[in-house]
This record gives sequence, C-alpha cells and structure tokens, in this order.
Amino acid sequence: MTGRSRWAWLGFVVPLAFLGVFFVYPVGAIIVRGLRPDGRWQLGVFGDVVSDPYQRRIVWFSLWQATVSTVLTVVVALPVAALFARFEFRGRRLLWSLLLVPFVLPTVVVGAAFLALLGPKAATGIDLHGTIGLVLIAHVFFNLAVVVRTVGGFWGNLDPSLEDAARTLGASRWQAFREVTLPLLRPALAAASSIVFLFCFTSFGVVLLLGGPRARTLEVEIYDQTARFLRLDIAAVLAIVQLVGVGLVLVVYARYQQRRSVQQVLRPRREVAHAPRTRGERLFVAGVLTGMAVGLGAPLLVLVWRSFAAGGKPTLRYWQALGASPRGGTLFVSPLSAVANSLAAAAVATIVAVTIGGLAAWALARRGRGTGAGRAATVSFDAVLMLPLATSAVTVGFGFLIALDEPPLDLRDSWWLVPLAQATVAVPFVIRILVPVLRSIDGQLREAAALLGASPAQVWREVDLPIVFRALLVSAGFAFAISMGEFGATVFLARPDHPTMPVAIYRFLGRPGALNLGQGMVLATVLMAVTAAVVVVIDRVRVGQLGEF
Amino acid sequence: MPSRSLRRVLIVVSLSLAVLASACGSSSTTAAPAPATTEAVGGTLRVITHDSFVVSDAVLAQFEAESGIKVEIVKNGDAGVEVSKAILTKDNPEGDVLYGIDNNLLSKAYDSGLFDSYESSGLGSVDAKYQLDDQHRVTPIDHADVCLNYDVAWFAAKHLAPPASFDDLIKPEYKGLLVTENAATSTPGLAFMLATIATYGEDGWQSYWQQLKANGVEVVDGWEQAYSTSFSGSAGKGDKPIVVSYGTSPPAEVISADPKPTSAPTAVVPATCFRQIEFAGVLAGAKHVANAHAFIDFMLSRAFQEDMPLNMYVEPVNGDAAEPPEFTQYVTVPADPLSLPPEQIAANRDAWVTEWTQTVLG
Repeated sequence: MTGRSRWAWLGFVVPLAFLGVFFVYPVGAIIVRGLRPDGRWQLGVFGDVVSDPYQRRIVWFSLWQATVSTVLTVVVALPVAALFARFEFRGRRLLWSLLLVPFVLPTVVVGAAFLALLGPKAATGIDLHGTIGLVLIAHVFFNLAVVVRTVGGFWGNLDPSLEDAARTLGASRWQAFREVTLPLLRPALAAASSIVFLFCFTSFGVVLLLGGPRARTLEVEIYDQTARFLRLDIAAVLAIVQLVGVGLVLVVYARYQQRRSVQQVLRPRREVAHAPRTRGERLFVAGVLTGMAVGLGAPLLVLVWRSFAAGGKPTLRYWQALGASPRGGTLFVSPLSAVANSLAAAAVATIVAVTIGGLAAWALARRGRGTGAGRAATVSFDAVLMLPLATSAVTVGFGFLIALDEPPLDLRDSWWLVPLAQATVAVPFVIRILVPVLRSIDGQLREAAALLGASPAQVWREVDLPIVFRALLVSAGFAFAISMGEFGATVFLARPDHPTMPVAIYRFLGRPGALNLGQGMVLATVLMAVTAAVVVVIDRVRVGQLGEF
Repeated sequence: MPSRSLRRVLIVVSLSLAVLASACGSSSTTAAPAPATTEAVGGTLRVITHDSFVVSDAVLAQFEAESGIKVEIVKNGDAGVEVSKAILTKDNPEGDVLYGIDNNLLSKAYDSGLFDSYESSGLGSVDAKYQLDDQHRVTPIDHADVCLNYDVAWFAAKHLAPPASFDDLIKPEYKGLLVTENAATSTPGLAFMLATIATYGEDGWQSYWQQLKANGVEVVDGWEQAYSTSFSGSAGKGDKPIVVSYGTSPPAEVISADPKPTSAPTAVVPATCFRQIEFAGVLAGAKHVANAHAFIDFMLSRAFQEDMPLNMYVEPVNGDAAEPPEFTQYVTVPADPLSLPPEQIAANRDAWVTEWTQTVLG
C-alpha cells in the first residue's frame, strides 16, 4: 500500500488548491469587503439580518421548498430509475441520453414552455402561474436526470439475485424493493438527493420566473442585495447563512453516507436487465414511458414548435437567420458562433471537472473507512468540495471582479474564466457520481490482485478502472451538460463577443419583437440537440469491455 | 499514519487559503488607482455598457478608422448591475467609459465619485432638458421614456376604449388587464412607480397602488417576462393587454414583424410616460482619458445618434439627428413626459421602493 500512499496527497491537494484559488479566495474577498468596508470589522449587521422577519421568511421559504422539491423529485425519479436499471426496451440508450436535455435548458426558456402548458392561456386549461406548484413541478423537471442517472446507473449494476431471493422467500414485490433494494440504493440516493436539494435551495431563475414576485429564495435575495443595491454587508451575511446551512446538510449527509455504504459485487448491466416479461412488467414499462413523454416531452416540444412557428403558422425564417450576423443585431456574433463558444468552453470544463473531481473522489473513497480525525477530515473535505453549489453565482462573479483583477491572476476578461467557473460547479457532480461506485468496489478483489503480485498501478488498471470507467463517463456527461447550461456565473464572466448559447438566448429574449423571440427558441432547440448529441456520444464510448459497467 | 499525514496536509492547505483570503481583503481596499495618462489619439479604449447596447459594425468601424482607436465593448448586465459593478471596481476600473446609467441611478454614481467631468463640444446640439448635471460628470446620450403600452387588437375586439390615464387602470372595466415589473428589481418597474409618484404626489401614490392591487395588477420580476411572456400584444401572446414598457416598443413590433403590418399592433398611453435618459461618463481612474473623451464626442455625433434608434430602440438627444421613419410614424411619446427632480429621487428612492414592496407585494 505504500506505493499508493506516496501519491495519495495529490487527491486532496489538487482539488483544494483549485477550489482555493477559484472559489475560496474570490468569495472570501467579497465577503470580507462586505463585512469590513473600511478596514474595520462591522459585524452588527449579522444581528440586523438574522432578526429581520423579512429575511427569516426568505430562509424558511428556501428551506421548505427545497425539501419538498427534493422529495418530489426522488419519488418521481425512482420508477424511472427502475425502468432504466431493470428493463431492456427499444430506444432505451437514446432515452437515457436524452434525459439530460431538460437539465441544460436555461430557466428562462423552460419558464416560457411551462407558462405555455400550465400558465394563464394554457391549452391544458390549468393555470398554476405565480403559485408554488409551478416552481415545484419545474424543479422536478430540471432535476429528474440527476436522480435517475445517478441512482439508475448504480441500480443497473446491482446484483438482482438478492431481490430474487427475497421474492422466492415470499416477499411481495414492494417488500422486496423496500427491504432489499432500497437499502442498497441508499448511497446513490443520498448522493443524488443532496445535489438536488442544493440546486433547489439555491434556485434562482425558476423561482423568479414562475413563483411570482413574492416567492424569494436566499439566492434571489443575495443577487438583489449584491448586484442591485450593492449592500455587500447584508449580502455577505446571507451568503454566510446559506453556506452554513448547506454545510450542515452536507455533513449530515456525509456521515450518513459513510455509515450506509455496503461493499457489494457489482454486475454488468447486460446480466441484470431484461425485456419486460410479465403483463405487470409490460404495464410498468409502458406507464413510465408514457409519463416521461408527457412530463418531459411536452414542455420540450413546445419550445421546438415555437422555433418553427410565427403567429401560429409554420415558418423557417428563424432558422434561416441562424448563421447570419445581421447589421446591428442583438449579438455581436452569429448564433452559430455561440454554439461553437459553448462547445469549446464545455469541453475544457469537462476535462478540468473530471480530472479534479476524479482525484477528489479517489481520495475520498480511499479514506472513507478511516476513523477519528482522519474521518472527520474526510467529511469536511467532502463538504468543502460541495460548497460551490451552495454559493450564489453573483457572489462568485463579483468576487472574481475584485479578487482576480491584478497580475499574476488578472482573469477578469480571460476566456478561461468561463470554463473554470463551470468546472467548479461540475466538480461536486463528478465526486457524487464516482464516490458511491468507488466505495462499493469489493476490497477483496483488490487484495486478491495484490496478493497475486499486481503492482498498485496494475490493481487500479485491472480492478478499479473497469468498474469506474462507466461512472467516469456518466460524470463526464453531467459535467458537459452543466457547462452547456450554466448561466448564472457565465453571464457575469462571458465576454460579449464570446457569448455561450444560454447567454445568447437570454439576449434574444431580452429584446422585443417576434424575430428575437423566434431566434431565442431556435437557439434553445439547438442547445437541446447539441447537448443530446454529445451526451449520446459520451454514453456510447466503449473501450473494450469497460463501457459495459 | 494516514490520518496524521492527512491532517498535516489539511492544515497547510487551509492556512494558505486563509492567508490568501486575508491578503485579498486588504489588497483590494488599499489598491492605488492607476495613474491617468492623457495620451495622444490612437491606442485602445474600453467601453463598459449594459446588455442592451448595440452599435452597427460600420458606424463603429468608421470611428475606429478615423480616430485610430481600437474600441473594446464590455457588457456588464443590466443598467443597475452595470453601475454596481463599476462602483465595486472603482479603484481598478474595468474600462474607460461607462454608458447606460439612467437618471434614476445617477445619485449612486455621484455619491461614489464614479465619474470625472468632461464637457463635450457635442452638447451644443442637445436640448437643455436632457442635461441634468452642471458638472458634466455624465453626458446625455439617448432617451427612452417608460410608458404604458396596450394591445390595439385586444381592445378593438372587446369594444373597450384603451386606457388614457393612470386613473383608468383602477376602474372595474380594466380589472386584471395590467402587468408591470417589480420596482425593486426592474428599471421600467421603478420608472412606473416614479411616474405614479409624479402624478399623485408623495402622499397619494400609496393609496393608488392599493387600488391598483385590488384591481388585479400582476407584478413580474423583469421586463422580459412582462413584455415577452405576459403581454398579449407581443410575439409571446400572453394574457395581459396592458404592459409597462417603453415609448419605442410599438416601432419595434412593426420592424420585427413578418409580414410588415400597416399599423402598429401596440400603442402607448402618452399621459403615463415617465422620462428616462441614458448617460455616458468617463470613469475616474480611466487609463485612456483622451480616447474616452473622443468616444463621448462620437456618441453625440449624428452618425452614432442616427444609428442608435433601430439598434437599441431609444431616441436620440442630438436635435440634428434624423429619426428613422418607423419612429416618426409610430412613436407618440409626449414632448414633455412626467419626471421628478433627480435630487428628490436620490433622497427618497430606497424608502419609496421599500414602501412599494410592502404595499404591493407584502
């Protein structure tokens, strides 16, 4: 083991250094600026904010809507995850990739789609506009992929013989699921729901667009206090409240997760999944697929239709304008170059995120079973790496402005800022997806390999890598999708001549006229298509037998 | 063994992070402003703008060719965010010129000493009513008044007269027809609130808003949502036939419609218009002061002023600039819209917004 320990520190230091420079330093700078405006600490504002009933209501609202959204997402996602884990059906792999499409769409576009379906003039006749119901539904829509892909991917490699044994012993299907499968899924479920909780807790666009002006999360309040009112002191207190709150959730999660991880023999999916055999199974598959078509398909189709429709009639003119950079248009560049900008930034962000997140996950999984101080350190390391998800994009964006503004780190206008910011957001995903899988690898396999004379590198290559490869791909898909869809930080950091697709969509929708709206929808459709295409490719990468896991 | 070495690593890393964090805290507050060098014409210039800024390539290229200045545009969010960012980075400004600050935000800039004075020779062609600053820290560039817009076809189909005043909006026949923006988070929303204060006075506007609320006003967060999603007269086909938007929105609807209509699908209510002027200024601590002066002169020139309307849907302040035919045909804003003295806005804005939030959203 000494050979591996010599390099183990890299797994901690590289991610921490990355986080230190691109997260802790800028965020620390903006918080210090807020609480120490002229060289003296002014902490009285803590009391003012904490005792303000208006702010307390915001904290309470953030918490409960995030909790309800997370529970709803998990409940809706479990049958879908079961479908992908246990059954073979035509188009399964394509659907698995397409799941990620809602996840990358800018909230402003999805908001428009939901208003068309469940808004004041909806064809469905249901008007949920301005209610919390629409916010919850949108949160489920956005985050479904997180739970389905994380849990479903893990579930697909679980050995079904345990559940079969329970059934043979007389357990009902529900009992077998509750008593056998669910406990085994807990690490993946906890990982996915902790991320969903964070996303909903810090929800910004969805709440603004669909919740009406009275619905305010901490994230919205921090944005207004920072960017509009320049009350950096209040913003700093709220940012700290958000960080502490989320930190607590993460520590609870991490402790729970460590206790629950069970080593088990993972099996290739092809040995586990089968075509639906009984009538019940066929009903289940058909039911879940129909639900997905309605719940996920309908909002997406509304967007596609809008890119082809002018005043209710089909048209191609919005698409024909795609390559043009019209005189004095809304963008300085053509929509097509926004596609190129997005792809370039996302590619770099994915590589950075998978490298950093992979190192961290490796370190976490190795230390996972330590005790005492080592374990406490591991838990905090894990929580610290999640903090970027818990921090308002405006805090990070403004932090960059004042902290990274002088050589050698004058990044204010650097192209690298965008992919680096996106990678920071993606790293927690990579870790969340990899750690449960790495922890589940049977230690006996490694020991057996080592006993038979394999070097540590060989053990990694022959034992860990084959099992981890699939999870690495899943995490790369997520990192890519996050980068494609990231808006909050990107809009602060992207140079005007290098807009990404979400930034360009936002600019189109920010101007009056049918042409701008139409082109915004075209770009939203392109964003969906490009994301789907790349995720399909990533999902299909196979190296020998490796991709089968 | 593993836990002890791990602890050491963590201590080292967290210490270095703490040092970094504290270093940044002090360095950013004590950073000396960069020396301003008045250089010969030529070189570069960075212009900070809001997201809505657009200039035709040809017009900008001509300025660059004539002056020898390479212009770089930095878009920094909406006007409010743009100004906040500029104030935050005042000691090490991101650029030389800032464009897009409006009359409702001026006090913030004055208080923080954001701009250095510059009196452009182009001001000779600008009406005095647009020149709000005697010290010339800011130069007026354009105006786009905030007015109620309505959906012409909707009112025709319902055989209902379009609203003509603020008073109409609280009548029962106009119940539930208006969508406006949050005054705390949106520039037109703020202007609309100020327009009601200009109309009903500092003591009367609150009760007007209570009646408006009782009459079913919808408040959304930003202009995009109000105009593109909730308003029935735009391409978004929402359900509200009256919206708070700009006096220049009707020509925008004509220009981007296909096929081109013979009359504008939307119209403004002139009695509800509130003056909004956008300014540019030379940032204090700018590195290219002479170039910044040249650019402000350029923004007041006929070339830029005539290019602006169709790009940004604003009206020129230069009296010599010809407006495009769509504007002369469809823009019907009054010559003398509602307004409030800038000092009064500066002194009361935050209190008014708080009161508005409690009245309307509370």
